Amino acid sequence: MEELIFGRLTLREIPYDNPIIMATLGGSTMLLLCITFLIWYHGKWSYLWKEWFTSVDHKRIGIMYVVLALVMLLRGFADALLMRTQQALAEGSAQGYLPPDHYNQIFSAHGTIMIIFVAMPFFIGLMNIIVPLQIGARDVAYPFLNSVSFWLTASSAALVMLSLGLGNFSHAGWSGYPPLSEKYYSPGPGVDYWIWGLQLGGVGTLMTGINFFVTILRLRAPGMTLMKMPIFSWTILVTNVLIMLAFPALTVVLALLALDRYTGMHFFTNHGGGNLMLFTNLFWIWGHPEVYIVILPAFGIYSEVAATFSRKRLFGYTSMVYASVAIAMLSFMVWLHHFFTMGAGANVNAFFGIATMIIAIPTGVKVFNWLFTFYRGRIEFTTPVLWTLGFIVTFCIGGMTGVLLAVPGADFELHNSEFLIAHFHNMLIPGALFGYFAGYAYWFPKVFGFKLDETWGKRAFWLWIVGFYLAFMPLYALGFMGMPRRLLHYDNAHWQPYLVVALSGTLIIFGGILCQILQLTFSIRNRAQLRDETGDPWDGRTLEWSVPSPPPAYNFARIPRIHTRDAFLAMKNQARDTEEVDYEAILLPRSSSLGPLMGGLTFVLGFSLVWYLWWSAILALAGLLGCVIARSWDEHTEEELPASAVRAIETALRHSGTSAAGTEEHPSLQKFAFERNPLP
Amino acid sequence: MKKWIIPWTGALLLCPSWLWACTGNCGDQWAVLTPRGTIAGHEKTLILTALGLMLLVVVPVILMTFLFAWKYRASNPRADYDPDWDHSILIEGVVWTIPTLIVAVLGYLVWTSSHALSPYRPIASRQPTLEVQVVAMDWKWLFIYPEWHIATVNQLVIPTGVPVHFSLTSDAVMSSFFIPQLGGQIYAMAGMKTHLHLIADQPGIFQGYNTQFSGQGFSGMMFETVATSGEAFQQWVHQVETGGQVLDRATFAALEKPSINEAPRLFALALPDLFDRILSQDSTLRPMTMTSHSPAPMTAIED
Repeated sequence: MEELIFGRLTLREIPYDNPIIMATLGGSTMLLLCITFLIWYHGKWSYLWKEWFTSVDHKRIGIMYVVLALVMLLRGFADALLMRTQQALAEGSAQGYLPPDHYNQIFSAHGTIMIIFVAMPFFIGLMNIIVPLQIGARDVAYPFLNSVSFWLTASSAALVMLSLGLGNFSHAGWSGYPPLSEKYYSPGPGVDYWIWGLQLGGVGTLMTGINFFVTILRLRAPGMTLMKMPIFSWTILVTNVLIMLAFPALTVVLALLALDRYTGMHFFTNHGGGNLMLFTNLFWIWGHPEVYIVILPAFGIYSEVAATFSRKRLFGYTSMVYASVAIAMLSFMVWLHHFFTMGAGANVNAFFGIATMIIAIPTGVKVFNWLFTFYRGRIEFTTPVLWTLGFIVTFCIGGMTGVLLAVPGADFELHNSEFLIAHFHNMLIPGALFGYFAGYAYWFPKVFGFKLDETWGKRAFWLWIVGFYLAFMPLYALGFMGMPRRLLHYDNAHWQPYLVVALSGTLIIFGGILCQILQLTFSIRNRAQLRDETGDPWDGRTLEWSVPSPPPAYNFARIPRIHTRDAFLAMKNQARDTEEVDYEAILLPRSSSLGPLMGGLTFVLGFSLVWYLWWSAILALAGLLGCVIARSWDEHTEEELPASAVRAIETALRHSGTSAAGTEEHPSLQKFAFERNPLP
Repeated sequence: MKKWIIPWTGALLLCPSWLWACTGNCGDQWAVLTPRGTIAGHEKTLILTALGLMLLVVVPVILMTFLFAWKYRASNPRADYDPDWDHSILIEGVVWTIPTLIVAVLGYLVWTSSHALSPYRPIASRQPTLEVQVVAMDWKWLFIYPEWHIATVNQLVIPTGVPVHFSLTSDAVMSSFFIPQLGGQIYAMAGMKTHLHLIADQPGIFQGYNTQFSGQGFSGMMFETVATSGEAFQQWVHQVETGGQVLDRATFAALEKPSINEAPRLFALALPDLFDRILSQDSTLRPMTMTSHSPAPMTAIED
């Protein structure tokens, strides 16, 4: 009976005996309580619920995605710090301070969180905010679906975070190879947390992929042919095609592993005819495109930043587009390079090795095109440009070591070593994260109406880049010393100095993160000085800079007609159209509390499946189905903003300066204007 | 603007410094760069060749980045400024061609080296090949010498100058068998047999690893490879045959229990077909039940 009600959930699942976890848990619970109390104290809960959680506005959903990514970045980075400290200490007779079970969870969580809950939500947030603005659309194609996608992602992130305090997280690595992740070797709830965290969030990502694919294909402003589309939107289009093609593979492979674990099937087990290599292949058929899913958006950001801040057109736009498409197609043909050591024949290994190297061609072209965008430009060394330059230099080194690993004969000596760790961090940190940071600094004034503090931004950059080199170059060296990855402890005094340097680099990166926190704090405090009244603080070239900052809910009062690339620059060069324009009524999607509700139910579903609470799993599933049915019966999903209201908002935004004064005359309209200053 | 140069060069200098430090007098700690066998030697050459070829592009690109960023800084009024220039057939031709050429050369290198260095390719030698069967267990390596009816745990002894054919499988989760100074590396997987051919050209003691994370005892799943003269090897075999424990079903059942940081152990082999029985997952060898409700192997090592 008890098992029927509580499944396998008992109070013993709280790791009382691990002081590190309990302290973290205590600290974060206190923090959460403080935040909850502060919001309640200021009476902001209903504001948050009405204006943010239930919002289907792509800009607000985008902001929530980015906030989620930044919070998870702190968690993922804390994991990195714990690992680096352990490895710097645990030589010879010293055992470090982490028990094996905890250490194994930490590196598994670090990988999962950084890829799925930092990189993914960060770029999805940026594309949510910017893509509709760049292509001249009023929202995404399916605004409600967008809200559901976000809440699925957020609830899976919450599920992964919960595993810290209740039960444990997977200790089978972020890639969860069976048979280690099978129930026989990992009977606890950890792998199940991993499965459902990835699975439910993956569904949200897949829906996002469909949403933005349709948005970009169907909602571009008239005249904006695909080859006139801003390059960031192009890379996002390609990224979303990759999401639609790759994520189903992840869904399937996780479903099969779940069947093994929950129903005793034998897809990947050691016995009963299972084959673990089926998992490995399927996982990387998703996993390799996933690398490009997180990197291509950053490539788009670098392109925008390079063109804007060298005050020059992007060099080789067409090449850039073809290179992105080529990278996307090739990314599906290289998955086997993650396991050349499987024992495939020489022909198979050579095929995948060469296919991998071919990706270096379009990628190299992109690097050259960025360089020639800077060539004969007038480069302003703003924070986004620093991130871009730091990326180009660092990424070249990572690309080089990547091609090296693509040579099967070389990979046999370097696979699964610290060299591999250095390589993929060398791709993903500059290749993805630096790009997102550049995008964050570049588009921040568009979203909030004031710039970020440049001094602290530059400090953050320098600490990050110096820290990066100190943290990861020693790992390349350790790879040449034969050090395997994921070691809890080692008996080799030669390795230790390198690991200590790596730790110091991680601490410097920590300094960079602190600078970013300070940057945000000071920027909010000094927002009056950093205010941008124009909506176009960087002398931008693309449409997102043509609307006020922050943009009104409908983005564009009148959808512009596009004639060229860099459409906004062309508009600016023509005589300003100052005469009174006719506004039309605009249909806007209505907020819906079904999004957060479905997120909550998904959380309950995931939690129930992890703990074998079958009754609540069924209830949650029924609830989710009910939400879908309720939504499909709802015929009031949009509301009309009359032309007079549009005129009032536009007049206020365009002419009144710091506050949306005009809307005060129409109190009912205030909710349609994105607040000039949404921060308290 | 000058202030940004100093940290940049500092950071850049960091990265080649360790390569520079070790290309001259490499200590043995640089396992991948100090090969002691033919295969590892070829793999090292391959690594350095590929690295050199790529530096041909990467170094100019990095220099160009600094050069362009410096020259076309906004505060330099003497530099050309051409805001509408966005296309050049010549430059685009060059930027597509150069990486293509490098990749073509590397591709040729990949094709030939993948065949030459395939782990499955026997090493040509006048010496007869030594057969060693390798079983990855939780968390130790079992080496079986079928010709000599002996087996060892966490210690591999081989004669120098004799090609060694390793057949590998796993008794538990997936592991990866790697001796950097002799050449690498191949997975060991349950129910499957992989192969690896290596040779030691010089005597010495070479560290061997499992590089594939395999659970709680992963960090201790290492072994020493002792390469000795043929005579010393024969003596060692004789010692193990006569002096040690016997590996029979009972010993194997005890050995199969998960254990951490196992010291080397030597056995005379009483189960001649042990490797094949592990490979075929012979249930008579393994009295444990393999249902999902069996206790976790993890619990066995808690004490």
